[in-house]
Amino acid sequence: MAEIPKARDFFESSRAAVSDHELRRKLESASARHLDHFAEVKAEFPAYDDERDAAHRIKTGAIAHLDELLIELKSKLEARGCKVFFAEDAAEARGYIVELAKGRGAKNVVKGKSMTTEEIELNGALERAGIDAVETDLGEYIVQLRGERPSHIITPAIHLSKEDIGQLFTDKFGIEYTAEPEKLTAEARSRLRTIFLNADFGVTGVNFAIAETGTLVIVENEGNGRLSSTMPETFVAVMGIEKVIPRLEDLSHFLEILARTATGQKLTTYTSFITGPRREGDLDGPREMHVVILDNGRSAMIADPVIREALNCIRCGACLNVCPIYRRIGGHAYRSVYPGPIGSIISPNLFGSAAGYLPFASTLCGACKDICPVKIDIPRILLHLRWKESAGEHRLKWPRAIERARRGARRFAKMARHPRTVRALGKLAAMVLKPFAHNGYLRRIPGPFGNWTKYRDFPRPRPHQRPAPGPERPPG
Amino acid sequence: MTEVQLFSTCLAEEFFPEVNDAAATVLERLRLKVTPVRGAFCCGQVAFNEGFRDEALDLSRRFLNSVEPGIPIVVPSGSCTSMLKIFYGDLLADDPALSAKAMAIRPWVFELSQFIVNVLKVKYIGARYERAVAYHPSCHLMRELGVRDEPMTLLSAVAGIRIRELRDREECCGFGGMFSVKFPHISASMLEDKLARIRESGAEVVVANDCGCLMQIGGGLSRAGDKIEVRHLAEVLAARQG
Repeated sequence: MAEIPKARDFFESSRAAVSDHELRRKLESASARHLDHFAEVKAEFPAYDDERDAAHRIKTGAIAHLDELLIELKSKLEARGCKVFFAEDAAEARGYIVELAKGRGAKNVVKGKSMTTEEIELNGALERAGIDAVETDLGEYIVQLRGERPSHIITPAIHLSKEDIGQLFTDKFGIEYTAEPEKLTAEARSRLRTIFLNADFGVTGVNFAIAETGTLVIVENEGNGRLSSTMPETFVAVMGIEKVIPRLEDLSHFLEILARTATGQKLTTYTSFITGPRREGDLDGPREMHVVILDNGRSAMIADPVIREALNCIRCGACLNVCPIYRRIGGHAYRSVYPGPIGSIISPNLFGSAAGYLPFASTLCGACKDICPVKIDIPRILLHLRWKESAGEHRLKWPRAIERARRGARRFAKMARHPRTVRALGKLAAMVLKPFAHNGYLRRIPGPFGNWTKYRDFPRPRPHQRPAPGPERPPG
Repeated sequence: MTEVQLFSTCLAEEFFPEVNDAAATVLERLRLKVTPVRGAFCCGQVAFNEGFRDEALDLSRRFLNSVEPGIPIVVPSGSCTSMLKIFYGDLLADDPALSAKAMAIRPWVFELSQFIVNVLKVKYIGARYERAVAYHPSCHLMRELGVRDEPMTLLSAVAGIRIRELRDREECCGFGGMFSVKFPHISASMLEDKLARIRESGAEVVVANDCGCLMQIGGGLSRAGDKIEVRHLAEVLAARQG
């Protein structure tokens, strides 16, 4: 189980995040840029919605037949000379990879971008075993240098400006300060090249695993996935069980939508197809290839017919870009490897009740569902998780003010069963509160919903059932 | 069609009484007999969204027993309409009797602008409103009901109105029901940006189809001491002079 802080930390971290206006500005401009690009590529691709439907259908079918597909994938991978390891949880996956690295005498591990290895906390485990692991995706490299976690599943350093990165490189490498992206990228590139040349062990994630052919597909823009999977002698691919798709021909539907929604590109710069390690006569490629297939709570998600749909996720990150909450608090505030709308579903399921408050941290505005390339009905699943929490044995421990507000809402709902009573109480409240109102609003309200007036005024209750038409209300 | 059932919604009944008056006025001008739904106070969305299923079930039963299928049920709220039309399906999945009732009324439930434009096929109601107006589309209205153009269609046909463009208008105002008191700081940060967009639009009045948004935006404007007003779409449509 990943290291997740206590539930109430979210309240503190999100509070700190919203008051960081610099952070909000960076998030706003980066996510707006993503969305603008997406709007452009979508406009010139009329088949987009058909491709979404196809992708949704294929993924849903794959999740329904996951057991058969995984068996097929395993046998095809083995026939290509791969070793396959099914990991029940994060600890098993970590253990396997660390033991393998030790066994091969690995000194320098290079990593292609992979949220799944973030999920299993691989870097920390390798470090504890005395093995140096370097993130080679530029954004991941930057957050690793800062000792941070990615704050976005596609754009790990979205919370940083080019000035922040310039300062980081000056501090870490002693180079002259510059905020020019080209220079900073060139600096990282030359350092990473040396690291690649000395690497003896590579680890990457997987975007799609094709059962029919035993092919792993990695989609990326910088070449780090390709180098991490081909330069070192030993290569380990880590994937969640939900990454498998049945046939090669299914892939095109996903390639049509993934880059468009993720980064607003038609296609990513690199799309690598890996079918086994180096064969006789091949000029390059790893000598040895392992595929770690991770469950870590995913089977339990499949067991629930509503939550299951979340496993359709292809990790494009679009729901983060479009989420009005993510855009204001950023990924770190979620205190989970997977932030944003989809993270609010995945995290409580993979990491347990410490992330259980996340499904509640949503206005259910539905922007995520609108943009999702595989049409996951995210708000509906968030609602389902809320019911499960409220009906469950392990109830969340909310901060006191919030517990009070929730109880207040419950009391209101019980009262509202009796319209006459609730209307009478409404009139009473109106009478009591009337003297405190200014221009139709109250500056402060008592009771369970008092949090409201911390930030805005509350309209004065004016219960009324319609007698005569009165089209215009007096101002205010 | 000669008759409609008008469901006030709890927020309108308690905090925005003029919304129901205006909605009824508009419907009456369209020659409909308006019967208020008096037997129910709330659709149950607050309880439903908070995970309190039993309470939500009770309220849905109340509502379903207070309305009749076969007569349009008009609701001046995109959010409550979504609850009645869409989320009742999930809520009542395990209760065949209630579920059948919900299915029976489902095709008869309409949000106000949806009803006027798509069912009555009316665009011009004879309203006059001489103010600069920015329209804020509420989330459930757009994304659950797919009602995107109807309110603007109606607003554009109001005499004397000056429509102001609201940048990023499809972004949530941060209300979210209980979200606004559970995570008030996040809600307020969303509101802050919404208010900035409203101010830069040059509007004198912000119009929305949901009392939730009006509460949030109106409360924010009031706290800031701003002169910009909030109005429900129904109020603008019912207005006869600036």
